[in-house]
Amino acid sequence: MDLWFSEKHTPDVKLSLRIEKQLFSKTSDYQRIDIFESREFGRVLSLDGNIMLTERDAFIYNEMIVHVPMAVHKNIRKVLVIGAGDGGVVKELTRYSRITRIDLVEMDSMVVEACRQYLPGNACQLDDERVHIHYENALKFIRYQEEEYDLIIVDSNDPYGPSEGLFTKEFYGNCYKALKEDGIMVNQQGSPFYKQDADAMQRSHKRIANTFPICRVYQAHIPTYAAGYWLFGFASKKFHPIDDIDTESWNELHLRTKYYTTRLHKGAFYLPAFLEEMLEEVE
Amino acid sequence: MDRLNQNKAPIHEALERFRQMRVVPFDVPGHKRGRGNPELTEFLGQQCVSIDVNSMKPLDNLCHPVSVIREAEQLAAEAFGAAEAFLMVGGTTSSVQSMVLTACKRGDKIILPRNVHRSVINALILCGAIPVYVNPEVDHRLGISLGMKREQVEKAINEHPDAVAILVNNPTYYGVCSDLKEIVKMAHAHGMLCLADEAHGTHFYFGKDLPVSAMAAGADMASVSMHKSGGSLTQSSFLLAGPNVNAGYIRQIINLTQTTSGSYLLMSSLDISRRNLALRGEEIFTHVRNIAEYARAEINAIGGYYAFSREMINGDSIFDFDPLKLSIHTLDIGLAGIEVYDLLRDDYDIQIEFGDIGNILAYLSIGDRIQEVERLVSALAEIRRRYQRDKTGMLTQEYIPPQVIASPQESFYADKVSLPIMETEGRVCSEFVMCYPPGIPILAPGEKITRDILNYIKYAKEKGCSMTGPEDPDIEYLNVLK
Repeated sequence: MDLWFSEKHTPDVKLSLRIEKQLFSKTSDYQRIDIFESREFGRVLSLDGNIMLTERDAFIYNEMIVHVPMAVHKNIRKVLVIGAGDGGVVKELTRYSRITRIDLVEMDSMVVEACRQYLPGNACQLDDERVHIHYENALKFIRYQEEEYDLIIVDSNDPYGPSEGLFTKEFYGNCYKALKEDGIMVNQQGSPFYKQDADAMQRSHKRIANTFPICRVYQAHIPTYAAGYWLFGFASKKFHPIDDIDTESWNELHLRTKYYTTRLHKGAFYLPAFLEEMLEEVE
Repeated sequence: MDRLNQNKAPIHEALERFRQMRVVPFDVPGHKRGRGNPELTEFLGQQCVSIDVNSMKPLDNLCHPVSVIREAEQLAAEAFGAAEAFLMVGGTTSSVQSMVLTACKRGDKIILPRNVHRSVINALILCGAIPVYVNPEVDHRLGISLGMKREQVEKAINEHPDAVAILVNNPTYYGVCSDLKEIVKMAHAHGMLCLADEAHGTHFYFGKDLPVSAMAAGADMASVSMHKSGGSLTQSSFLLAGPNVNAGYIRQIINLTQTTSGSYLLMSSLDISRRNLALRGEEIFTHVRNIAEYARAEINAIGGYYAFSREMINGDSIFDFDPLKLSIHTLDIGLAGIEVYDLLRDDYDIQIEFGDIGNILAYLSIGDRIQEVERLVSALAEIRRRYQRDKTGMLTQEYIPPQVIASPQESFYADKVSLPIMETEGRVCSEFVMCYPPGIPILAPGEKITRDILNYIKYAKEKGCSMTGPEDPDIEYLNVLK
């Protein structure tokens, strides 16, 4: 049996994984949710045919979106996570004892249920007593928050589809309002490689740069995402992502990581020339 | 009469049959199913260009419908509870004009509120009828014109018993309805026709617990913008008629100005949309209403904005209110409606229907989802957080009663002179000045230009309203009577 799952990264490029079997497939009110068992990447979560995570490479994404802000801002206690119903980001966050509360806002409860059942390695900390799950529209949730959070992590899907609202100026503005005076927002910023992705990345960078005084982009290599090359946005009211990193304190925590190190932290903000140019264009 | 089968869409079905027949075209249009214009075909799609065809026997003829178009009209008439329905391809503008031209001849008087769409006054220029304006009530807090009060209509009738018709907005752009049933009774008691501009009221015919539709209220003709809340293509519309108007005469009037090459894209979109509303309209508009109610609650929770609705109903000048309209008063955050409208578009990529001096209107319809409403509400919250300012010095929109000096037709065609706009005080205007949208004239041909009106035009221009109407595109000069 020769069963393959393909995701089109552009109309002319696709990534294909050999699939052992399909474990889950349902359509919720918002999207189609599939979980596959693959040979090379273990279990794979796909939303509307786009790979969200695989067991094999999810650690890169989760570590990079969590540890970068955590190493910069020593007093992060209250965190808001948007999207991320798979639980991977929450799992990474719960490793910090100083965090007292994590609000997770996910619009689609079916994603959480499916991941609890089929991706327990990711979803295992969703029952941590600090975690509070809110099943609602993130734009609505955040509209009602003011100076509440030290850190907001926007772990959204692609900018085309149900997550579109999480790439908008109104959303970033509401995040700014929901953060404390020294708060940080980190978001997945897509890929700069293919044209359509690059355009979306530029648009959201422009909107964030118009909203936050400090706005930088950092990168990581994630094999199953478009071009294997992924960006994150670091937006902040006060802390600079490199100048304000507290290497010693973070290393004293002795968190074992597979991708993130405080050395890589700094390196991740040094970007290729073409990307620097793209960002400057909209800043 | 037997009920017709509203599952049918005769024009749509005829086009499907026609497509199967693979008829060789030696007639117009010259693009010949798109072959002659590959760039257009790529842009619009083969499906679309292959049914952009001319009238022919199997597809009927809009000027004199006898088969599939006639059937589509009968189905539409039944769906809307009308005696007759006419498919219109020149926008609701053409429906309104045909309605007025059917009712009035040169020198006839027509009673109407001043906050009518320009198409109504255009029709008066064409036919030479004389407007008798009923000054609408004004809500001073919101700065919007309301409906006509019964006693004002009665007064107009008594002062002008020779008028031939009364025209009513059902509803206004903002959603305000007059007491249409009562106005119909008054009109009929005095031998006048009652005409309704229902450009913003298509859903009244299908939704539950909505204001009364013109046909249900007994009006004689109604212009229904199917392409607004009904989901058909832009520029398609219905003209409806009750049993007391001669349908053959209406058709003649329509044919005076309507194209002889009616677009089958537009006609099939009317046919398919009518079927959709007849079968599922109630459910669809309940959904839209729920979205509107949710949006209002969320917007009013932001603070500063006032999304108004049925609490405004007062039994007369706001006899009823359309709950599907999302109208929002913005002056209390220190921003003119047009400023919020511009910010939404320029900063947030959100296009709403219009903004005027004190309000904005977000158009909700058959295609809306809650996700987009969340964006709109969040953007409004952001605009308040970032741009809120003191509201002193903000003008509210005041209704300025027009002084009609000459008939619109006479003034439009009269000898005129072009003057710098600020030097026209006291003269009689020979052209329109309006903000578009909404397209309700500030000045119409034949009206006296006053200082108040000039100040209002200046202020609206400063705030960024898009002004249209005059010959001079920059609106620096106005044509006035010599």
